[in-house]
Amino acid sequence: MGRSWGRGGAKAFAVLSAPLCLGQGTSPRPGNIFAPASTPAEMIYGVSVFVLVITGIIFLAVFGLLVYAAVKYRRREGDDAREPAQVYGSDQLELAWTVIPVIIVLVLFIASARVIHQVQDADMPAGTVQVTVIGHQFWWEFRYPKLGIITANELHVPLSGTQNPRPTLLKLLSADTDHSFWVPRLAGKTDLIPNHPNEMWIDPRIEGMFLGQCAQYCGVQHAKMLLRVYVDTPEKFDEWVAAQKRPAAAAPPAGESAAAGRRLFETTACVACHRVAGTRAFGRVGPDLTHLMSRATLASGAAENTPADLRQWIEKPDSIKPGSLMPAMNLSAKELDEVTAYLLTLH
Amino acid sequence: MSSESMPIAGAGNLPGAARRVWLETLHEWLITVDHKKLGLMYIGYALFFLVVGGIEATIIRIQLAVPHAHFVSPEVFNRMFTMHGTTMIFFVAMPVLFGFANYLVPLMIGARDMAFPRLNAFSFWMTAFGGLLLYFSFLGGDGLYGAGSAPDVGWWAYAPLTSKAFSRGHSTDYWTVSLLASGFGTIGTAVNLVATILSMRCRGMTLGKMPLLAWLNLVMSGMLLFTITPLTAAQIMLMVDRYLDGHFFDTHAGGSAAIWMHFFWIFGHPEVYVLIIPCFAFVSEIVPVFSRKPIFGYPVMVAATVAIGGVSMSVWAHHMYTIGMTSYENAFFVLTTLAVGVPTGIKIFNWLGTMWGGKIRYAPPMMFCLGFLFQFLIAGLTGIMLGSAPFDWQLGNSYFVVAHFHYVIVGGILFALFAAFYYWYPKMTGRMLNDTLGKWHFWVFLIGFHLTFDFMHIPGLLGMPRRIYTYEPGRGWAIWNMIATIGVAFQIAGILIFVFNLVHSYFRGRVAGDDPWDAWTLEWATSSPPAACNFAVLPEVRSRRPLWDLKHPEDPDWKYE
Repeated sequence: MGRSWGRGGAKAFAVLSAPLCLGQGTSPRPGNIFAPASTPAEMIYGVSVFVLVITGIIFLAVFGLLVYAAVKYRRREGDDAREPAQVYGSDQLELAWTVIPVIIVLVLFIASARVIHQVQDADMPAGTVQVTVIGHQFWWEFRYPKLGIITANELHVPLSGTQNPRPTLLKLLSADTDHSFWVPRLAGKTDLIPNHPNEMWIDPRIEGMFLGQCAQYCGVQHAKMLLRVYVDTPEKFDEWVAAQKRPAAAAPPAGESAAAGRRLFETTACVACHRVAGTRAFGRVGPDLTHLMSRATLASGAAENTPADLRQWIEKPDSIKPGSLMPAMNLSAKELDEVTAYLLTLH
Repeated sequence: MSSESMPIAGAGNLPGAARRVWLETLHEWLITVDHKKLGLMYIGYALFFLVVGGIEATIIRIQLAVPHAHFVSPEVFNRMFTMHGTTMIFFVAMPVLFGFANYLVPLMIGARDMAFPRLNAFSFWMTAFGGLLLYFSFLGGDGLYGAGSAPDVGWWAYAPLTSKAFSRGHSTDYWTVSLLASGFGTIGTAVNLVATILSMRCRGMTLGKMPLLAWLNLVMSGMLLFTITPLTAAQIMLMVDRYLDGHFFDTHAGGSAAIWMHFFWIFGHPEVYVLIIPCFAFVSEIVPVFSRKPIFGYPVMVAATVAIGGVSMSVWAHHMYTIGMTSYENAFFVLTTLAVGVPTGIKIFNWLGTMWGGKIRYAPPMMFCLGFLFQFLIAGLTGIMLGSAPFDWQLGNSYFVVAHFHYVIVGGILFALFAAFYYWYPKMTGRMLNDTLGKWHFWVFLIGFHLTFDFMHIPGLLGMPRRIYTYEPGRGWAIWNMIATIGVAFQIAGILIFVFNLVHSYFRGRVAGDDPWDAWTLEWATSSPPAACNFAVLPEVRSRRPLWDLKHPEDPDWKYE
């Protein structure tokens, strides 16, 4: 039912939201809450349109009355200075503008409560992908407990068809302070609160990349705690899973520079925080780097994952993300080249 | 009381009479227990912090005008929005409203002073101390990870960011202690207002014949007694956590971050009504006088206010729809939140009913009241959107919320306050504020307000979270942020016109006389400014509009009430 509102209301809303759509062709709006791509976001969209239409009608009615009264009853030139009729109130009118709002409130409440129930109390079908999301200052850890995958900042989930639904259930935890998981086109936000596990779900129906970011102030770099969700076709998702399961570092890296970089990586403090599966690096404080090169961004979306940005990020994290908890290790230029070369082998 | 104050010891030895007068005046203001002087001190203090908080807002807006700006560092930005929010709520909005309440309530109920003048002075100085202490943190308190100074945990200071593990320095302690201190001042004021309104009314003024301003301040004060206490309790618990190894909010030791949220918002949401109800009071006094009609439906207005006060205490968790409450809890708070809309709607309709059939005079007080009505209507409707939990899952903590509550606080509260300034300044100083400047102030500020806050809704709908110090290009947010920042220039210009008007009119303004607006409540029966004792002879009233009765003996109100 929630969805049928969404479709019905969509047309009505297209008129109301015209200013939002200006320039839609030239400038993408990756976080537009009115372009849902997953059931929870669609249900929210449906009730939102309903609420917008009701509040819009109230606005037009009251605004019209106010303008009318403000213009009609202004004191005019050549007024006779007599006081107007002194009216103290009207029981009928006051009763009317009590009862009508009560009815509107009840309607809005029922509409909202239904969507609350549909989103929060939905049953997940067998075959639901399970992901544990752990918020850190200032990045995202994604663990797929049933698939044995650990990754960061870029979540991969399968497309969920109408015939063959395959939703993803996110279990939300926090390693430090409060965070909030918000990818507007997929679902509303849900907070990650330490010592207070939460859940949410998505079932994306459109393939592609969806942008989001932390929506609860979590400290210095709250702004650059960005988030990407890649929605893959089932085949591409299975390929991604297979690739992530391989311990990338099983074979020693080819090339002298990369080999030196690996030695350096494993003998400096890098390993205290980072993990590379199959090596001596098994830190858990920072992002898992086993398949670093499979990701499009660095530092939770703060930079592109290019060799130059990667080198700069290792050399001076503050230049990309001031206040990030990754320290600069004061490596020499040669050492930086070597560590970068090693990380570039982590496919 | 000014004539009775003692000269300070040794003042007579000072050379020059001018200096002695200056010192005596200062001394008189420092030791005063007069409700009018304290009221003016509250207002002056709040205006000072309005400028400070405005500068902080300007820094925020400049930083956000374009993507990837480097105007300030993230640390400074986080400090700016924390201090801006804390300052504007606790050291601007509350003091200025207490200032007006202090000044007006005794005059309007025909009393010579507040019930407890010394408590009144104590309350003011506690509040003043709180604000100064908060700003001392720029010198004394390290922030998150021991960096920089001044609080940077956000004005609601969610746990566990405030714990020792994250906030190592003292900035959080400055925040805590300054709010504790000003909180005591607030409780003192609330007790004082309740006692004054209940026991100091002049002869004939039954509860049903009080001006609405007194009624609304009574409800506001009653709410404060319930809502400041959880905040105070939470601050003490936070201190215990930070210094006595308590674990109330220490999530690593089994404490609960959600409990802090409940404590904070059970204060925080009624606080919004604590701020808006006195503004309802201004509008309820000004709209009738400028429409030349009595307030429409006085008993319903009182009932609606009491209803807002009561119901608003059960809505706090609508700030927490995203923390993972059960569907039943979320639904409950949707119902209570939407329910507040009913009495609020009644008020808007009753103001409309007051204007209907009147002869509306558009002087600056009424213009600002009309601005208030339009903007508060929109703020209320976006509030309904946010009250619907599913919509809030998208809109919560986005720029839509920032736009919404600035619509309440600037578009509603500040506009009503400007109306109050233009309306009561003649009573407070004996001179009129300049009308032309007032109209310029209104239009320039109105344009600035709408440029900034209308367009601020849109990036929220496009996924922009609040409290981010910068953002990427290509998300569709930049143009709206630029427009919002341009609006700030207009707002600053409007404020400058206002401040100039306040100062200029004090010296050069037209002499007001006792009753420049042809109004009906008791404060206009005494001189402008009123003598220290307020009334030479305490008045006696027979209706809600004693001056109407006096001016229209052929058609007095008391025949109909």
